[in-house]
Amino acid sequence: MKILVPLKQTVDLVEELELNDDGTDVEREYLTFKLNEWDEQALEEALLIKDAVGAEVTVVALDEPDADQSLYGARAKGADRAVKLTGDFAAGVSSHARAAILARFLESQGFDLVLIGVQTPEDLDGQTGVILAGMLGLPHASVAVAVEPEGDAFKVTQEMGAGVTHQLSIIGPAVVGVQAAREAPRYVPISRIRAAMQEGGLEQQPAAEVEVLSGLTVRRMFAPQSSSHAEMLGGDAEAAAARIIEIIRERGALKV
Amino acid sequence: MSNDIFVLVEHHGGAVSEATNELFGMARGLAEASGGAVVGCLLGSGESGLAQGLAADAVLSVQAPELAQFVPEAYAATLAALVADRDPRALLIANTTVGMDVAGAVSGRTGRPLVAYCSALKVEGDTLVAISQIYGGKLNAEVQTGSGAIVSVVGGSAPAASGGSPTVEDVAPPDLSGLRTTFVARVEAPSSDVDITSEDILVSVGRGIGGEDNIELAQELADALGATVSGSRPVTDAGWLPKSRQVGKSGRKVKPKLYLACGISGAPEHLEGMSDAELIIAINTDEKAPIFDVAHYGSTADLFDLLPALTEQVRAVSA
Repeated sequence: MKILVPLKQTVDLVEELELNDDGTDVEREYLTFKLNEWDEQALEEALLIKDAVGAEVTVVALDEPDADQSLYGARAKGADRAVKLTGDFAAGVSSHARAAILARFLESQGFDLVLIGVQTPEDLDGQTGVILAGMLGLPHASVAVAVEPEGDAFKVTQEMGAGVTHQLSIIGPAVVGVQAAREAPRYVPISRIRAAMQEGGLEQQPAAEVEVLSGLTVRRMFAPQSSSHAEMLGGDAEAAAARIIEIIRERGALKV
Repeated sequence: MSNDIFVLVEHHGGAVSEATNELFGMARGLAEASGGAVVGCLLGSGESGLAQGLAADAVLSVQAPELAQFVPEAYAATLAALVADRDPRALLIANTTVGMDVAGAVSGRTGRPLVAYCSALKVEGDTLVAISQIYGGKLNAEVQTGSGAIVSVVGGSAPAASGGSPTVEDVAPPDLSGLRTTFVARVEAPSSDVDITSEDILVSVGRGIGGEDNIELAQELADALGATVSGSRPVTDAGWLPKSRQVGKSGRKVKPKLYLACGISGAPEHLEGMSDAELIIAINTDEKAPIFDVAHYGSTADLFDLLPALTEQVRAVSA
Protein backbone atom coordinates (compact mmCIF):
# COMPACT_ATOMS: atom_id res chain seq x y z
CA MET A 1 0.00 0.00 0.00
CA LYS A 2 1.26 3.45 -0.87
CA ILE A 3 0.27 6.44 1.21
CA LEU A 4 1.11 9.99 0.26
CA VAL A 5 1.18 12.77 2.84
CA PRO A 6 1.54 16.36 1.58
CA LEU A 7 3.14 18.66 4.15
CA LYS A 8 2.66 22.43 4.22
CA GLN A 9 4.74 25.01 6.04
CA THR A 10 2.34 27.53 7.53
CA VAL A 11 2.59 30.76 9.46
CA ASP A 12 3.14 30.23 13.17
CA LEU A 13 0.05 31.82 14.74
CA VAL A 14 1.83 32.36 18.03
CA GLU A 15 3.62 35.22 16.32
CA GLU A 16 2.40 38.73 15.77
CA LEU A 17 1.06 38.81 12.21
CA GLU A 18 2.40 41.86 10.37
CA LEU A 19 0.82 42.89 7.08
CA ASN A 20 2.77 43.73 3.93
CA ASP A 21 2.98 47.30 2.65
CA ASP A 22 -0.23 47.22 0.64
CA GLY A 23 -2.08 45.35 3.38
CA THR A 24 -3.15 42.43 1.20
CA ASP A 25 -1.17 39.61 2.80
CA VAL A 26 0.90 38.81 5.83
CA GLU A 27 4.53 39.90 5.60
CA ARG A 28 5.96 36.52 4.72
CA GLU A 29 9.59 37.58 4.69
CA TYR A 30 9.80 38.06 8.46
CA LEU A 31 7.44 35.40 9.75
CA THR A 32 8.29 32.06 11.29
CA PHE A 33 6.90 29.04 9.50
CA LYS A 34 6.17 25.64 10.94
CA LEU A 35 4.58 22.42 9.79
CA ASN A 36 0.80 22.75 9.60
CA GLU A 37 -0.46 21.04 12.75
CA TRP A 38 -3.15 19.06 10.91
CA ASP A 39 -0.56 17.74 8.45
CA GLU A 40 1.28 16.40 11.47
CA GLN A 41 -1.92 14.54 12.43
CA ALA A 42 -2.23 13.20 8.87
CA LEU A 43 1.37 11.96 8.99
CA GLU A 44 0.71 10.22 12.29
CA GLU A 45 -2.35 8.46 10.88
CA ALA A 46 -0.27 7.29 7.91
CA LEU A 47 2.43 5.95 10.22
CA LEU A 48 -0.19 4.17 12.36
CA ILE A 49 -1.42 2.39 9.23
CA LYS A 50 2.17 1.51 8.34
CA ASP A 51 2.77 0.15 11.84
CA ALA A 52 -0.39 -1.95 11.69
CA VAL A 53 -0.36 -3.45 8.20
CA GLY A 54 2.72 -2.15 6.44
CA ALA A 55 2.74 0.67 3.90
CA GLU A 56 5.14 2.87 2.01
CA VAL A 57 4.69 6.39 3.33
CA THR A 58 5.88 9.26 1.14
CA VAL A 59 5.87 12.84 2.39
CA VAL A 60 5.93 15.65 -0.15
CA ALA A 61 6.36 19.37 0.43
CA LEU A 62 6.79 22.48 -1.67
CA ASP A 63 10.09 24.23 -1.06
CA GLU A 64 8.69 26.66 1.50
CA PRO A 65 10.56 28.02 4.55
CA ASP A 66 11.95 25.23 6.76
CA ALA A 67 10.35 22.50 4.61
CA ASP A 68 13.56 20.44 4.92
CA GLN A 69 13.11 20.33 8.68
CA SER A 70 9.57 18.96 8.33
CA LEU A 71 10.53 16.46 5.64
CA TYR A 72 13.46 15.12 7.64
CA GLY A 73 11.31 15.14 10.78
CA ALA A 74 8.87 12.89 8.94
CA ARG A 75 11.72 10.63 7.81
CA ALA A 76 12.93 10.37 11.41
CA LYS A 77 9.41 9.36 12.47
CA GLY A 78 9.26 6.57 9.90
CA ALA A 79 8.29 7.97 6.50
CA ASP A 80 9.97 5.98 3.75
CA ARG A 81 10.42 8.70 1.17
CA ALA A 82 10.60 12.48 1.35
CA VAL A 83 10.16 14.59 -1.76
CA LYS A 84 10.73 18.31 -2.10
CA LEU A 85 9.07 20.09 -5.02
CA THR A 86 11.23 23.06 -5.91
CA GLY A 87 10.13 26.42 -7.26
CA ASP A 88 9.61 30.00 -6.17
CA PHE A 89 6.86 30.05 -3.57
CA ALA A 90 7.92 33.19 -1.68
CA ALA A 91 4.66 34.99 -2.46
CA GLY A 92 2.57 32.20 -0.97
CA VAL A 93 0.64 29.52 -2.81
CA SER A 94 -3.15 29.39 -2.95
CA SER A 95 -4.91 26.15 -2.04
CA HIS A 96 -6.01 25.75 -5.67
CA ALA A 97 -2.47 26.19 -7.01
CA ARG A 98 -1.13 23.83 -4.36
CA ALA A 99 -3.77 21.24 -5.25
CA ALA A 100 -2.91 21.57 -8.95
CA ILE A 101 0.81 21.08 -8.24
CA LEU A 102 0.08 18.06 -6.07
CA ALA A 103 -2.28 16.66 -8.72
CA ARG A 104 0.54 16.78 -11.28
CA PHE A 105 2.93 15.14 -8.82
CA LEU A 106 0.40 12.39 -8.03
CA GLU A 107 0.03 11.59 -11.72
CA SER A 108 3.65 10.40 -11.64
CA GLN A 109 3.15 8.27 -8.51
CA GLY A 110 1.13 5.19 -7.79
CA PHE A 111 -0.84 5.66 -4.59
CA ASP A 112 -3.76 4.19 -2.69
CA LEU A 113 -4.37 6.98 -0.24
CA VAL A 114 -3.57 10.66 0.25
CA LEU A 115 -3.72 11.73 3.87
CA ILE A 116 -3.58 15.50 4.33
CA GLY A 117 -4.34 17.91 7.16
CA VAL A 118 -8.03 18.80 7.02
CA GLN A 119 -7.18 22.51 6.85
CA THR A 120 -4.48 25.10 7.42
CA PRO A 121 -4.84 28.58 8.95
CA GLU A 122 -4.38 30.09 5.47
CA ASP A 123 -7.11 28.42 3.44
CA LEU A 124 -8.74 31.55 2.08
CA ASP A 125 -9.72 29.68 -1.10
CA GLY A 126 -10.64 26.44 0.63
CA GLN A 127 -8.93 23.29 1.79
CA THR A 128 -6.30 21.75 -0.47
CA GLY A 129 -7.25 18.09 0.09
CA VAL A 130 -10.84 18.30 -1.13
CA ILE A 131 -9.91 20.60 -4.02
CA LEU A 132 -7.30 18.02 -5.05
CA ALA A 133 -9.90 15.25 -4.82
CA GLY A 134 -12.27 17.32 -6.96
CA MET A 135 -9.59 18.00 -9.58
CA LEU A 136 -8.71 14.30 -9.80
CA GLY A 137 -12.31 13.07 -9.47
CA LEU A 138 -11.36 10.93 -6.47
CA PRO A 139 -13.51 9.91 -3.51
CA HIS A 140 -12.82 11.96 -0.41
CA ALA A 141 -13.73 12.59 3.20
CA SER A 142 -12.92 15.54 5.45
CA VAL A 143 -12.67 15.95 9.20
CA ALA A 144 -11.52 12.35 9.63
CA VAL A 145 -10.53 11.12 13.09
CA ALA A 146 -9.62 7.56 12.07
CA VAL A 147 -8.56 5.92 8.81
CA GLU A 148 -8.12 2.17 8.97
CA PRO A 149 -7.51 -0.35 6.18
CA GLU A 150 -10.26 -2.93 5.94
CA GLY A 151 -10.00 -5.48 3.16
CA ASP A 152 -9.54 -3.59 -0.09
CA ALA A 153 -11.10 -0.44 1.36
CA PHE A 154 -10.47 2.14 4.05
CA LYS A 155 -12.80 2.57 6.98
CA VAL A 156 -12.98 6.32 7.59
CA THR A 157 -14.51 7.84 10.70
CA GLN A 158 -15.75 11.33 10.01
CA GLU A 159 -16.55 13.76 12.81
CA MET A 160 -19.89 15.50 12.27
CA GLY A 161 -19.99 17.55 15.51
CA ALA A 162 -22.09 17.28 18.67
CA GLY A 163 -20.66 13.83 19.40
CA VAL A 164 -21.86 12.28 16.14
CA THR A 165 -19.54 10.46 13.76
CA HIS A 166 -20.15 8.87 10.38
CA GLN A 167 -18.42 5.73 9.26
CA LEU A 168 -17.63 5.46 5.58
CA SER A 169 -16.02 2.71 3.59
CA ILE A 170 -13.95 4.09 0.72
CA ILE A 171 -12.11 2.18 -1.96
CA GLY A 172 -8.89 3.94 -2.90
CA PRO A 173 -7.28 5.79 -4.37
CA ALA A 174 -8.88 8.45 -2.19
CA VAL A 175 -8.07 11.70 -0.43
CA VAL A 176 -8.81 12.01 3.28
CA GLY A 177 -8.54 15.26 5.27
CA VAL A 178 -7.40 14.37 8.77
CA GLN A 179 -8.65 16.32 11.76
CA ALA A 180 -6.93 14.15 14.34
CA ALA A 181 -4.96 10.91 14.25
CA ARG A 182 -6.10 8.01 16.41
CA GLU A 183 -3.12 8.71 18.65
CA ALA A 184 -1.23 11.87 19.51
CA PRO A 185 1.58 12.50 16.98
CA ARG A 186 4.72 10.63 17.96
CA TYR A 187 7.68 12.53 19.24
CA VAL A 188 11.16 12.28 17.83
CA PRO A 189 14.12 13.90 19.54
CA ILE A 190 15.97 16.57 17.58
CA SER A 191 19.04 14.29 17.54
CA ARG A 192 17.14 11.79 15.37
CA ILE A 193 16.05 14.55 13.00
CA ARG A 194 19.67 15.72 12.75
CA ALA A 195 20.75 12.16 12.03
CA ALA A 196 18.13 11.94 9.26
CA MET A 197 19.46 15.21 7.83
CA GLN A 198 23.00 13.88 7.81
CA GLU A 199 21.84 10.73 6.14
CA GLY A 200 20.25 12.89 3.42
CA GLY A 201 18.17 11.20 0.79
CA LEU A 202 15.72 13.98 0.18
CA GLU A 203 14.39 13.59 -3.34
CA GLN A 204 14.05 16.83 -5.25
CA GLN A 205 12.18 17.65 -8.39
CA PRO A 206 10.78 20.83 -9.84
CA ALA A 207 7.15 21.52 -9.03
CA ALA A 208 4.87 21.42 -12.06
CA GLU A 209 4.19 24.78 -13.65
CA VAL A 210 0.50 25.32 -13.14
CA GLU A 211 -1.75 28.10 -14.26
CA VAL A 212 -4.52 27.56 -11.79
CA LEU A 213 -5.56 30.79 -10.18
CA SER A 214 -7.69 30.88 -7.08
CA GLY A 215 -10.04 33.36 -8.74
CA LEU A 216 -9.89 35.52 -5.63
CA THR A 217 -8.40 38.97 -5.24
CA VAL A 218 -7.60 40.14 -1.75
CA ARG A 219 -8.55 43.79 -1.37
CA ARG A 220 -7.19 44.07 2.12
CA MET A 221 -6.51 42.20 5.30
CA PHE A 222 -7.23 43.66 8.69
CA ALA A 223 -7.48 42.68 12.33
CA PRO A 224 -11.11 42.10 13.25
CA GLN A 225 -12.62 44.99 15.16
CA SER A 226 -14.72 43.49 17.87
CA SER A 227 -17.74 45.36 19.10
CA SER A 228 -16.83 44.39 22.64
CA HIS A 229 -13.75 43.54 24.63
CA ALA A 230 -13.15 41.96 27.98
CA GLU A 231 -12.59 44.21 30.95
CA MET A 232 -8.98 43.42 31.73
CA LEU A 233 -8.02 42.61 35.28
CA GLY A 234 -4.67 44.14 36.11
CA GLY A 235 -2.20 43.18 38.77
CA ASP A 236 -0.35 39.97 39.45
CA ALA A 237 -1.83 36.49 39.62
CA GLU A 238 -2.88 36.85 43.26
CA ALA A 239 -4.67 40.14 42.59
CA ALA A 240 -6.35 38.81 39.44
CA ALA A 241 -7.45 35.69 41.33
CA ALA A 242 -8.98 37.81 44.11
CA ARG A 243 -10.86 39.90 41.57
CA ILE A 244 -12.13 36.80 39.73
CA ILE A 245 -13.47 35.39 43.04
CA GLU A 246 -15.29 38.68 43.65
CA ILE A 247 -16.83 38.67 40.18
CA ILE A 248 -18.07 35.10 40.28
CA ARG A 249 -19.45 35.60 43.79
CA GLU A 250 -21.37 38.67 42.63
CA ARG A 251 -22.79 36.65 39.75
CA GLY A 252 -23.76 33.85 42.12
CA ALA A 253 -21.59 31.33 40.29
CA LEU A 254 -19.58 30.53 43.40
CA LYS A 255 -21.59 28.27 45.64
CA VAL A 256 -20.46 29.86 48.93
CA MET B 1 -25.20 32.90 -15.94
CA SER B 2 -28.33 33.20 -13.84
CA ASN B 3 -28.63 35.76 -11.08
CA ASP B 4 -29.86 33.17 -8.60
CA ILE B 5 -28.28 32.55 -5.24
CA PHE B 6 -28.07 28.82 -4.53
CA VAL B 7 -28.00 27.36 -1.02
CA LEU B 8 -27.01 23.79 -0.18
CA VAL B 9 -29.68 22.40 2.17
CA GLU B 10 -27.98 20.36 4.87
CA HIS B 11 -30.22 17.98 6.74
CA HIS B 12 -29.77 15.17 9.21
CA GLY B 13 -32.38 12.76 10.45
CA GLY B 14 -35.21 14.50 8.60
CA ALA B 15 -34.44 17.96 9.98
CA VAL B 16 -32.91 20.91 8.15
CA SER B 17 -29.88 22.30 10.00
CA GLU B 18 -29.87 25.69 11.67
CA ALA B 19 -26.75 26.54 9.66
CA THR B 20 -28.80 26.08 6.49
CA ASN B 21 -31.46 28.48 7.71
CA GLU B 22 -28.71 31.03 8.36
CA LEU B 23 -27.60 30.63 4.75
CA PHE B 24 -31.13 31.42 3.60
CA GLY B 25 -31.03 34.47 5.89
CA MET B 26 -27.88 35.60 4.09
CA ALA B 27 -29.10 34.66 0.60
CA ARG B 28 -32.22 36.87 0.58
CA GLY B 29 -30.35 40.20 0.55
CA LEU B 30 -27.91 38.90 -2.05
CA ALA B 31 -30.72 37.77 -4.35
CA GLU B 32 -32.38 41.17 -4.06
CA ALA B 33 -29.10 42.88 -4.98
CA SER B 34 -28.43 40.55 -7.92
CA GLY B 35 -32.00 40.50 -9.20
CA GLY B 36 -32.30 36.73 -8.90
CA ALA B 37 -34.10 34.17 -6.78
CA VAL B 38 -33.09 32.26 -3.66
CA VAL B 39 -32.84 28.61 -4.67
CA GLY B 40 -32.33 25.70 -2.28
CA CYS B 41 -30.46 22.59 -3.43
CA LEU B 42 -32.02 19.64 -1.63
CA LEU B 43 -30.16 16.34 -2.02
CA GLY B 44 -31.59 13.21 -0.44
CA SER B 45 -33.64 10.11 -1.00
CA GLY B 46 -37.41 10.51 -0.81
CA GLU B 47 -36.97 13.70 1.20
CA SER B 48 -38.29 16.39 -1.14
CA GLY B 49 -40.88 17.19 1.54
CA LEU B 50 -38.15 19.01 3.46
CA ALA B 51 -38.44 21.79 0.87
CA GLN B 52 -41.60 23.10 2.49
CA GLY B 53 -40.77 25.72 5.07
CA LEU B 54 -37.42 26.69 3.58
CA ALA B 55 -37.01 30.46 3.12
CA ALA B 56 -36.42 30.02 -0.61
CA ASP B 57 -38.25 31.01 -3.79
CA ALA B 58 -37.56 27.67 -5.40
CA VAL B 59 -36.01 24.35 -4.48
CA LEU B 60 -34.14 22.01 -6.82
CA SER B 61 -34.77 18.57 -5.41
CA VAL B 62 -32.40 15.77 -6.40
CA GLN B 63 -33.54 12.49 -4.92
CA ALA B 64 -31.65 9.23 -5.39
CA PRO B 65 -30.89 6.16 -3.26
CA GLU B 66 -27.18 7.09 -3.38
CA LEU B 67 -28.03 10.37 -1.64
CA ALA B 68 -29.89 8.79 1.27
CA GLN B 69 -26.95 9.50 3.56
CA PHE B 70 -24.13 12.00 3.41
CA VAL B 71 -21.67 10.35 1.04
CA PRO B 72 -19.16 13.11 0.20
CA GLU B 73 -18.38 11.79 -3.28
CA ALA B 74 -22.07 11.52 -4.22
CA TYR B 75 -22.89 14.97 -2.90
CA ALA B 76 -19.95 16.56 -4.70
CA ALA B 77 -20.81 14.90 -8.02
CA THR B 78 -24.47 15.88 -7.76
CA LEU B 79 -23.84 19.44 -6.74
CA ALA B 80 -21.12 19.91 -9.37
CA ALA B 81 -23.56 18.75 -12.06
CA LEU B 82 -26.26 21.06 -10.71
CA VAL B 83 -24.12 24.23 -10.70
CA ALA B 84 -22.58 23.38 -14.08
CA ASP B 85 -26.09 23.09 -15.52
CA ARG B 86 -27.77 26.06 -13.81
CA ASP B 87 -24.78 28.39 -13.47
CA PRO B 88 -25.89 30.32 -10.36
CA ARG B 89 -24.45 33.65 -9.30
CA ALA B 90 -23.25 32.08 -6.07
CA LEU B 91 -23.58 28.81 -4.17
CA LEU B 92 -23.65 29.17 -0.38
CA ILE B 93 -22.54 26.21 1.72
CA ALA B 94 -22.28 26.11 5.53
CA ASN B 95 -18.81 25.64 6.95
CA THR B 96 -19.72 22.36 8.65
CA THR B 97 -18.17 18.94 8.04
CA VAL B 98 -20.54 18.50 5.11
CA GLY B 99 -19.62 21.94 3.81
CA MET B 100 -15.88 21.43 4.20
CA ASP B 101 -16.15 18.18 2.32
CA VAL B 102 -18.32 19.40 -0.51
CA ALA B 103 -17.32 23.04 -1.17
CA GLY B 104 -13.70 22.33 -2.13
CA ALA B 105 -14.56 19.22 -4.10
CA VAL B 106 -17.19 21.06 -6.16
CA SER B 107 -14.70 23.85 -6.76
CA GLY B 108 -12.06 21.33 -7.84
CA ARG B 109 -14.53 19.54 -10.11
CA THR B 110 -16.02 22.64 -11.76
CA GLY B 111 -13.16 25.16 -11.65
CA ARG B 112 -15.42 27.66 -9.89
CA PRO B 113 -13.67 29.89 -7.36
CA LEU B 114 -14.19 29.19 -3.67
CA VAL B 115 -14.21 31.65 -0.80
CA ALA B 116 -13.83 29.88 2.55
CA TYR B 117 -14.63 30.94 6.13
CA CYS B 118 -16.89 33.76 4.92
CA SER B 119 -18.66 35.82 7.61
CA ALA B 120 -20.18 38.53 5.38
CA LEU B 121 -21.02 38.69 1.71
CA LYS B 122 -22.35 41.33 -0.66
CA VAL B 123 -23.00 41.79 -4.35
CA GLU B 124 -21.22 44.69 -6.07
CA GLY B 125 -22.23 44.77 -9.73
CA ASP B 126 -20.82 41.59 -11.28
CA THR B 127 -18.57 40.99 -8.32
CA LEU B 128 -19.01 39.20 -5.03
CA VAL B 129 -17.23 40.73 -2.05
CA ALA B 130 -16.65 38.59 1.01
CA ILE B 131 -15.10 38.98 4.43
CA SER B 132 -13.28 35.81 5.46
CA GLN B 133 -11.88 34.81 8.83
CA ILE B 134 -8.40 33.40 8.45
CA TYR B 135 -5.31 32.76 10.56
CA GLY B 136 -7.39 31.30 13.36
CA GLY B 137 -9.56 34.42 13.54
CA LYS B 138 -6.57 36.74 13.97
CA LEU B 139 -7.13 38.41 10.61
CA ASN B 140 -10.02 39.13 8.30
CA ALA B 141 -9.55 39.25 4.54
CA GLU B 142 -11.78 41.26 2.25
CA VAL B 143 -11.78 39.41 -1.05
CA GLN B 144 -13.53 39.87 -4.34
CA THR B 145 -14.33 37.24 -6.86
CA GLY B 146 -16.24 36.92 -10.07
CA SER B 147 -19.74 35.57 -10.26
CA GLY B 148 -20.31 31.87 -10.02
CA ALA B 149 -18.29 31.44 -6.85
CA ILE B 150 -18.86 28.87 -4.15
CA VAL B 151 -18.88 30.46 -0.71
CA SER B 152 -18.53 28.53 2.53
CA VAL B 153 -20.05 30.48 5.37
CA VAL B 154 -19.15 30.25 9.06
CA GLY B 155 -21.88 29.77 11.64
CA GLY B 156 -23.60 32.82 13.09
CA SER B 157 -22.95 35.05 10.06
CA ALA B 158 -26.63 35.83 9.41
CA PRO B 159 -29.92 35.48 11.26
CA ALA B 160 -31.72 32.24 10.47
CA ALA B 161 -34.69 32.46 8.10
CA SER B 162 -37.44 29.90 7.53
CA GLY B 163 -41.15 29.70 6.87
CA GLY B 164 -41.28 30.03 3.09
CA SER B 165 -43.25 27.98 0.60
CA PRO B 166 -40.94 27.53 -2.38
CA THR B 167 -41.86 25.88 -5.65
CA VAL B 168 -40.19 22.49 -5.98
CA GLU B 169 -38.55 21.26 -9.16
CA ASP B 170 -37.44 17.64 -9.33
CA VAL B 171 -34.04 17.29 -10.98
CA ALA B 172 -32.63 13.96 -12.15
CA PRO B 173 -29.35 12.99 -10.47
CA PRO B 174 -26.18 12.59 -12.53
CA ASP B 175 -24.82 9.08 -13.10
CA LEU B 176 -23.86 7.92 -9.60
CA SER B 177 -23.14 4.32 -10.51
CA GLY B 178 -19.37 4.42 -10.13
CA LEU B 179 -19.21 5.58 -6.50
CA ARG B 180 -16.40 4.07 -4.42
CA THR B 181 -17.76 5.32 -1.09
CA THR B 182 -20.28 3.40 1.00
CA PHE B 183 -22.04 4.87 3.99
CA VAL B 184 -21.68 2.39 6.86
CA ALA B 185 -23.16 3.95 9.99
CA ARG B 186 -24.02 7.03 11.94
CA VAL B 187 -22.68 6.70 15.47
CA GLU B 188 -23.76 8.74 18.46
CA ALA B 189 -21.05 9.10 21.09
CA PRO B 190 -21.72 6.77 24.00
CA SER B 191 -23.10 8.61 27.00
CA SER B 192 -19.94 9.63 28.73
CA ASP B 193 -18.86 10.31 32.28
CA VAL B 194 -20.12 13.88 32.08
CA ASP B 195 -22.31 15.94 29.83
CA ILE B 196 -20.53 19.27 29.54
CA THR B 197 -23.62 20.88 28.00
CA SER B 198 -25.47 20.57 31.31
CA GLU B 199 -22.73 21.85 33.62
CA ASP B 200 -23.07 25.22 35.38
CA ILE B 201 -19.36 25.91 35.54
CA LEU B 202 -16.70 24.84 33.07
CA VAL B 203 -12.99 25.28 33.61
CA SER B 204 -11.90 25.00 30.01
CA VAL B 205 -8.30 24.52 28.94
CA GLY B 206 -6.61 25.25 25.63
CA ARG B 207 -3.24 24.69 24.09
CA GLY B 208 -1.75 27.15 26.61
CA ILE B 209 -2.02 24.50 29.32
CA GLY B 210 1.12 23.09 27.71
CA GLY B 211 0.74 19.39 28.36
CA GLU B 212 -1.30 16.55 29.77
CA ASP B 213 0.40 16.75 33.16
CA ASN B 214 -0.81 20.31 33.65
CA ILE B 215 -4.49 19.38 33.26
CA GLU B 216 -4.27 18.63 36.98
CA LEU B 217 -4.02 22.38 37.69
CA ALA B 218 -7.39 22.91 36.01
CA GLN B 219 -8.87 19.81 37.64
CA GLU B 220 -7.91 21.07 41.10
CA LEU B 221 -9.61 24.40 40.43
CA ALA B 222 -12.64 22.62 39.01
CA ASP B 223 -12.85 20.40 42.12
CA ALA B 224 -12.70 23.47 44.36
CA LEU B 225 -15.45 25.19 42.34
CA GLY B 226 -17.65 22.15 41.94
CA ALA B 227 -17.02 22.48 38.21
CA THR B 228 -16.05 20.26 35.29
CA VAL B 229 -12.98 20.47 33.09
CA SER B 230 -13.54 20.90 29.38
CA GLY B 231 -11.17 21.86 26.59
CA SER B 232 -10.62 23.20 23.12
CA ARG B 233 -9.97 21.04 20.07
CA PRO B 234 -6.15 20.93 20.25
CA VAL B 235 -6.39 19.59 23.80
CA THR B 236 -8.74 16.73 22.92
CA ASP B 237 -6.92 16.03 19.62
CA ALA B 238 -3.72 15.62 21.63
CA GLY B 239 -5.50 13.17 23.90
CA TRP B 240 -5.06 15.31 27.03
CA LEU B 241 -8.83 15.21 27.60
CA PRO B 242 -11.51 12.84 26.28
CA LYS B 243 -13.41 13.90 23.15
CA SER B 244 -16.60 14.18 25.20
CA ARG B 245 -15.07 17.25 26.88
CA GLN B 246 -14.48 19.18 23.65
CA VAL B 247 -16.15 22.58 23.32
CA GLY B 248 -16.60 24.11 19.86
CA LYS B 249 -17.90 23.58 16.37
CA SER B 250 -16.80 19.97 16.12
CA GLY B 251 -17.48 19.31 19.81
CA ARG B 252 -20.30 20.53 22.01
CA LYS B 253 -22.05 23.88 22.20
CA VAL B 254 -22.17 24.94 25.82
CA LYS B 255 -23.94 27.69 27.70
CA PRO B 256 -22.80 27.48 31.33
CA LYS B 257 -23.23 30.14 34.01
CA LEU B 258 -19.47 30.52 34.13
CA TYR B 259 -16.93 29.64 31.46
CA LEU B 260 -13.35 30.03 32.60
CA ALA B 261 -11.17 29.90 29.48
CA CYS B 262 -7.60 29.01 30.41
CA GLY B 263 -4.94 29.31 27.71
CA ILE B 264 -7.54 29.29 24.93
CA SER B 265 -6.77 31.71 22.08
CA GLY B 266 -10.34 31.71 20.76
CA ALA B 267 -10.31 30.40 17.19
CA PRO B 268 -13.69 31.01 15.49
CA GLU B 269 -14.53 27.29 15.74
CA HIS B 270 -14.13 27.46 19.50
CA LEU B 271 -16.05 30.72 19.95
CA GLU B 272 -18.96 29.16 18.07
CA GLY B 273 -19.29 26.64 20.89
CA MET B 274 -19.16 28.90 23.95
CA SER B 275 -19.83 32.56 23.22
CA ASP B 276 -23.37 32.30 24.65
CA ALA B 277 -22.10 31.46 28.15
CA GLU B 278 -23.54 33.79 30.77
CA LEU B 279 -20.18 34.82 32.17
CA ILE B 280 -16.88 34.31 30.39
CA ILE B 281 -13.55 34.93 32.09
CA ALA B 282 -10.47 34.38 29.95
CA ILE B 283 -6.88 33.90 30.99
CA ASN B 284 -4.29 34.18 28.23
CA THR B 285 -0.85 35.76 28.14
CA ASP B 286 -1.49 37.05 24.60
CA GLU B 287 -3.41 40.26 25.11
CA LYS B 288 -4.49 40.19 21.46
CA ALA B 289 -6.04 36.72 21.66
CA PRO B 290 -9.53 36.73 20.07
CA ILE B 291 -10.98 35.08 23.20
CA PHE B 292 -10.87 38.52 24.87
CA ASP B 293 -13.37 39.81 22.31
CA VAL B 294 -16.09 37.53 23.66
CA ALA B 295 -14.97 37.34 27.28
CA HIS B 296 -16.50 39.65 29.88
CA TYR B 297 -13.36 39.73 31.97
CA GLY B 298 -9.80 38.87 31.09
CA SER B 299 -6.36 38.48 32.58
CA THR B 300 -2.98 38.20 30.93
CA ALA B 301 -1.44 36.70 34.06
CA ASP B 302 0.48 33.46 33.64
CA LEU B 303 -1.84 30.46 33.82
CA PHE B 304 0.60 28.53 35.94
CA ASP B 305 0.51 31.25 38.61
CA LEU B 306 -3.14 32.20 38.30
CA LEU B 307 -4.72 28.72 38.39
CA PRO B 308 -3.07 27.67 41.68
CA ALA B 309 -3.77 31.12 43.17
CA LEU B 310 -7.43 30.82 42.22
CA THR B 311 -7.70 27.28 43.57
CA GLU B 312 -6.21 28.37 46.87
CA GLN B 313 -8.49 31.38 47.19
CA VAL B 314 -11.61 29.39 46.28
CA ARG B 315 -10.67 26.83 48.91
CA ALA B 316 -10.12 29.61 51.43
CA VAL B 317 -13.56 31.19 50.91
CA SER B 318 -15.23 27.77 50.79
CA ALA B 319 -13.64 26.57 54.00
